[in-house]
Amino acid sequence: MRHGKYPFVIGFLFVPVTLYVVFVIAPYAQAFQISMTNWRGLSAPQWVGFDNYRRLLDDGNFWKAIQHHGVLLLALPLITIAIALFFAFLLNVGGRSSGGQRQGVWGSKFYRVVFFFPQVLAVAIIAVLFQMVYRPNESGLINGVLMKLGLDPVLFLIKPNLALWSILAVLVWQAVGFYVVLFSAGMASIPTEIYEAAEMDGATRVTLFFRVTLPLLWDTLQVAWVYLGIAAFDAFAIVAVLSVDSGGPDGATTVLAMEIYRNAFVYSKYGYASAMGVALFFLTITFAALTLRLSKRESVEY
Amino acid sequence: MSITPEHPTALDRRTVLRRAAAVGLAVPAAGLLGACATSGGGEENEQVSGGTKSATNPLGIKEDAPIEVIIFNGGYGEKYATDVHEPLYKRAFPKSEVKHQATQAVSTVLQPRFAGGNPPEFVNNSGEKFLDFGALVNDGQLQDLTELWDAPSVHDPSKKVRDTVIPGIVEQGMFDTADGQRKPYVLYYVSTVYGIWYSGKLFKDNGWTAPTNWEQFTALCEQIKAKGITPYGYAGANAAYYQWNVILTQAAKIGGPDVLKNIDNLEDGAWKQEAVLQAAAAWAEIGAKYSDKSFEGLKHTDVQLRQNQGKLAFYPSGDWLENEQKKDTPAGFTYQLMPVPSLTASDKLPANAIRAAGGEGYFVSAKSKNPRGGMEYMRQMLSQEGARGFTETVGAATVVPAGSEGYQFPPGVASSQAALKAAGANVFNMMFDNWYKELDTEARTATNELMFGRINADAFAERIQKRADAIKKDSSVTKFKR
Repeated sequence: MRHGKYPFVIGFLFVPVTLYVVFVIAPYAQAFQISMTNWRGLSAPQWVGFDNYRRLLDDGNFWKAIQHHGVLLLALPLITIAIALFFAFLLNVGGRSSGGQRQGVWGSKFYRVVFFFPQVLAVAIIAVLFQMVYRPNESGLINGVLMKLGLDPVLFLIKPNLALWSILAVLVWQAVGFYVVLFSAGMASIPTEIYEAAEMDGATRVTLFFRVTLPLLWDTLQVAWVYLGIAAFDAFAIVAVLSVDSGGPDGATTVLAMEIYRNAFVYSKYGYASAMGVALFFLTITFAALTLRLSKRESVEY
Repeated sequence: MSITPEHPTALDRRTVLRRAAAVGLAVPAAGLLGACATSGGGEENEQVSGGTKSATNPLGIKEDAPIEVIIFNGGYGEKYATDVHEPLYKRAFPKSEVKHQATQAVSTVLQPRFAGGNPPEFVNNSGEKFLDFGALVNDGQLQDLTELWDAPSVHDPSKKVRDTVIPGIVEQGMFDTADGQRKPYVLYYVSTVYGIWYSGKLFKDNGWTAPTNWEQFTALCEQIKAKGITPYGYAGANAAYYQWNVILTQAAKIGGPDVLKNIDNLEDGAWKQEAVLQAAAAWAEIGAKYSDKSFEGLKHTDVQLRQNQGKLAFYPSGDWLENEQKKDTPAGFTYQLMPVPSLTASDKLPANAIRAAGGEGYFVSAKSKNPRGGMEYMRQMLSQEGARGFTETVGAATVVPAGSEGYQFPPGVASSQAALKAAGANVFNMMFDNWYKELDTEARTATNELMFGRINADAFAERIQKRADAIKKDSSVTKFKR
């Protein structure tokens, strides 16, 4: 048996590894190569060394995008996880207990489906939908109501200090459903005896949540945090379709992917755009590694 | 770039999806090809030999050699090519074959063809994803059109083709080559006139007349405002360039066309010229007093619709507007164009001066199999019959005046053609947005900041100037002069 082991293993690995190298590793490597050139898309590229990276340092929009990723990186996971946990708790263990079994609030089966709706829609469709929701005049969903009530319309995507939060709200709205389902699955696997025991000891719902549910969900939370963090490094589709003037007003909602898109496909500066791509690559990798390292903690066995 | 109803950075859901799909396909393909994605050149194409020159074949094309035609399927569609120009070419050269392809993403389709040394003969380089003209010129990909312009015209062989088009059109398509010469490479085919549009009916019903100077303009804006109609507005979300166009047109009227020439040529301090500052300050005031803050969040179609609904009086645009709004315009609306009103009595240009230019760029690939065939196709396009067919198909005037003679334009285009005629020699144009897209982007952003009251005219000029200086210093950007 031992004799044929390596050919056997190699035979199995060959196809997936080749595909991975060709379709994942090679384009990455090429992005590094292109980022060192001034390629404009047509004539042969010239090697410019680290010029593109040096230029990044004085690019106002690049730093704006980084700042926005900072904001999203903190706010998106925090808000999304908080809301999703709250909903998941209500859907699973927030209701009355019947026959010693904790249940969700009334109608929780229905809500579970409703919460998942946004996940089913394509991102671009969500962005178009929210264009209607945020529209700054009487035909907007929110402002139409406000104006009927005689109030001034809220310029969601236009006010520079409000625009990014309006985008963030869409990202949260879109993500919550998925994490409700994820956390629900996590909660379902927590043995009910633990709840029963806690309840017998006189734990309130709040105590139950913080002392039982949260610690036992830790692994799931960690995964959610990494996923949402990576999503915070993207946000391209929503920004591209929804924001005013592609990442505006005046770069107030721009993200790295938007700047990469603009430099590559509007300005034809593929070299410079690749340098931004490489920067984004390192940011994402660093984030994932840091989160996994920092949130490492003994998981509770049950 | 082309001045077409398509909007370079306007992203709708479909373009995003299309783009995403294209990237998804292109990236792995690049991987498979290893380092091939960036390698230019490739095999040289074997070109067909010339035919004999004659009265019907002045460019001496080989009569049975095929040509390939790429049309941008955008605001003007592709019908004008398949139904008018291609049949004309086939009629003149029945033995030849015309291969037609339409696309909405010109560069996606053509970049690999140029990289592979197998470009098509004739290209309508337009739309959001057009190929950078400067890069094409630098790479020697474009056919020098001098012979075409000097060839006899189809409908009047006593005239050269260059004498049958609007003055300035040949020059508009000229580029500096790497060896310091200046040659015509691009044919701009559609006549585009810019100005401020209003509804003839709305104005007639209220007894208003189109203002020609600033006092009349602001006085009328007051009256319009009193009626509960927004006097002036443009769409900040994706069409801010409609407004920088107005500001710069104003600047050209104040200080003469050289103001724009300085901007195009990236002269030091071009954006801080007195005329630009004056124009920006005047329009910032219009933005603050007579516009609506919510327009910054609207797309061009939304704002245009408001005008059609009688909620907005003045809207700046080019004369594609009427065709674009055909479906939404109520009967009797009567689009009318007025030139940007004079700001002061000491303006260098008169009130009827106007920005007009050729839109929609076409080129012939120098390294294609049959470049002479491509030029002959252009000659057919520029014939009276070709121009007339285009006008009848898409409702827009071409740069060949003979083609629109006696044609009954709809009221909007009729008014813009009349304005063009009235302007006489006081017609000017600007090119910087075609040449330096980064500068266009910056001007759009700064225009929104200015018009919606976040910065003043000085800051407006300051920030665009800063970007212009950066572009001037950037060695990777090809520079143009006019």
